[in-house]
Amino acid sequence: MFKRFASLQWKAFFRSSSLGKSLAIKIIMIFFGIYMLACLVLMGVGLFFILEKTFPGVDPMLKVSSYFLYWILGELVFRYFMQKLPVIDIKPFLLMSIKKDSIVHYILGRSAFSFFNFLALFLFVPFGIVLLIKGYPALNVLVWLFVIACISQFINFLNFIINKSDKVLLGLLLVLITFYAVDYFQLYPIQEIFGNIFYQLYANPIWAIIPLVLAILTYAVNYRFLRNKLYLDSAVKEQVKEAETAELGWTKRFGSIAPFLQLDLKLIWRNKRTKTQVFMSLLMILYGLFFYSQDVYGSTSAIFAFVGIFITGIFMVNFGQFIPAWDSEYYTMLMAQNIPMRKYLDSKAGLIYVSIVVMFLLSIPYVYFGWQALAINFACAIYNLGVNVPVVLFFGSRNKKRIDLQKSALGNMQGASATQFLVILPLMVLPCLIYFLFDFFISFEVATAALAVLGLIGLAFRNKLLDKITSIYRSKKYGMIAGFSENN
Amino acid sequence: MITVQQLTKKYGNKEVLNIPHLEILKGQSFGLVGNNGAGKTTFFSLLLDLIQPTSGSIESNGILVSESEDWKTFTSSFIDESFLISYLTPEEYFYFIGELRGCNKADIDALLANFKDFFHDEILGQKKYLRDLSKGNQKKAGIVASFIGGPEVVILDEPFANLDPTTQIRLKAIIKDLADKKGVTVLVSSHDLIHVTEVCDRIVVLNKGEVVKDIQTSAETLHELESFFGGSAESKEILATSEEE
Repeated sequence: MFKRFASLQWKAFFRSSSLGKSLAIKIIMIFFGIYMLACLVLMGVGLFFILEKTFPGVDPMLKVSSYFLYWILGELVFRYFMQKLPVIDIKPFLLMSIKKDSIVHYILGRSAFSFFNFLALFLFVPFGIVLLIKGYPALNVLVWLFVIACISQFINFLNFIINKSDKVLLGLLLVLITFYAVDYFQLYPIQEIFGNIFYQLYANPIWAIIPLVLAILTYAVNYRFLRNKLYLDSAVKEQVKEAETAELGWTKRFGSIAPFLQLDLKLIWRNKRTKTQVFMSLLMILYGLFFYSQDVYGSTSAIFAFVGIFITGIFMVNFGQFIPAWDSEYYTMLMAQNIPMRKYLDSKAGLIYVSIVVMFLLSIPYVYFGWQALAINFACAIYNLGVNVPVVLFFGSRNKKRIDLQKSALGNMQGASATQFLVILPLMVLPCLIYFLFDFFISFEVATAALAVLGLIGLAFRNKLLDKITSIYRSKKYGMIAGFSENN
Repeated sequence: MITVQQLTKKYGNKEVLNIPHLEILKGQSFGLVGNNGAGKTTFFSLLLDLIQPTSGSIESNGILVSESEDWKTFTSSFIDESFLISYLTPEEYFYFIGELRGCNKADIDALLANFKDFFHDEILGQKKYLRDLSKGNQKKAGIVASFIGGPEVVILDEPFANLDPTTQIRLKAIIKDLADKKGVTVLVSSHDLIHVTEVCDRIVVLNKGEVVKDIQTSAETLHELESFFGGSAESKEILATSEEE
């Protein structure tokens, strides 16, 4: 029985739409996956030496243990966003002559092999190997790795018990922040205490029994819960959230584009993938820290033009490049309805303008790293407004791939094609190149001004550009309709 | 109202529609019947300029639909669920369509009040998004949305499918009322011969993309249609393609 289930799973994976994509995307996704895993493995190898160097005299093992609490809490939060609960796939099995017990065991057992459970192992197995080479006792290290696997499973099953409850998420975040703050302000050495506790798992292999019991216990709880609720109207049912109606009356002041603007805001707020993108974009504002905090670049390096374009334009790239595919589910209706194409595009452009301005305002604190940072970000914001918005909309006319809004958010490549990778060149690389050339041959001031002036020129010709783009969208209408109605 | 001239649509070498001439008068309720793959949806899609004809043209109220977009102001339609915006509540959807067609909230509320019976308390005020409604209720919302803004031409593809019996009967009354009293040209396609004969003044039978019958509805029409489809149904079933989904 289990074999048959497994073969179904195999088919589901290899025949899934995300894998049936064009070859280029497959390769890029595989490459990205390997890259991520390689990063984890490298980190695992390097971890020991890094810890040894940064905390001389402290056993790296103890240091690693002290981060376990944050790892567990952090991974729970991470999984809340990323991991899909498996219960929905049960439906087709309910009618068949399969024992409910085996269905539940299959569903839970399958989740034990979820990708997420291996992330920690990819980090800690190389770390463990380094430990062995360094002469740590083999028994302890091996048992410790077993403990890691158990904790991963425990997190996995605990996540199902939490079952996407917003309240628990809030609690988790609160605990995480409180612990961190208490530690940071040295009110109470939480990290150290938990570090010692988790260190015991390594020092005394007998304690490994605890994570094992916890993993089995959470499995059992899940099993009991699912077994009793394996009915269409309880566990198997997809959760339907109560709809909230929104007036968004304030959009009225934008005049004739108001209805579309309202639609777009609802689109973003009520669908998982778009909503996640907004949060991700806001988080990306921190990306600048990565570069600004390093002295090697100086204060006027071309890398900062990239940072400026990136942080002020991240939403533009994420959201804009899939215009109009966001509306693909009902694109036929839009085309049969009394809608002027120009208004439709105006509203999309308006939304992106707002995002750029907001992201720029959020980036102002970078002035802490020197006035040049502010100047570059400002010039980049103008460049994004004037040049990149039309570019993004123009490339949008090449979108022919449908996006199902209800599908999950992260790692979802639906709607992506080679265009999405090509568009990076004019969007990001071109302004960096312009900046670099002016900066290299003339001066920082001229380079910054050049970006701003290009942006202003773009803004001045905004209407002409949008007219042109509108006519392109019109001429590609039939292809888009056909492409968007194709389920992939 | 609508004039079709030498209209053909080919996919590769396969001709899916070929209508040399067809005229639909204003205020007519026009029924289109045919088996799967007969070309019903293709014809409606051409009417709405959603696909391009291989040759020929369609004129609606004197406007070539593939040339100008002016027909959109007086034409509305419901073809399938892709006409719904899944993440809106029905009310928001109606208001949105209303704004596109120049109606304010009060107009829409007044219009919706007329459809209270039709909705059967399952559409409005449910605190549900359209995506969470049942197929039948989604369809109801889509059909009513196509009546917004006083259109002169209403195009409904398979409006009776998926509806419960009560709603089917109500919909028939609504369509008759639109055509007879308000002078709206209603184009309806259906697999259900009884519904079409009850609702439509005129019925056109499509088979493999060609008009094979063009009947003014009378007492004998249903019988005539039944014998037509019954007589050759088997052979047609085999030839039916999956083009129309």
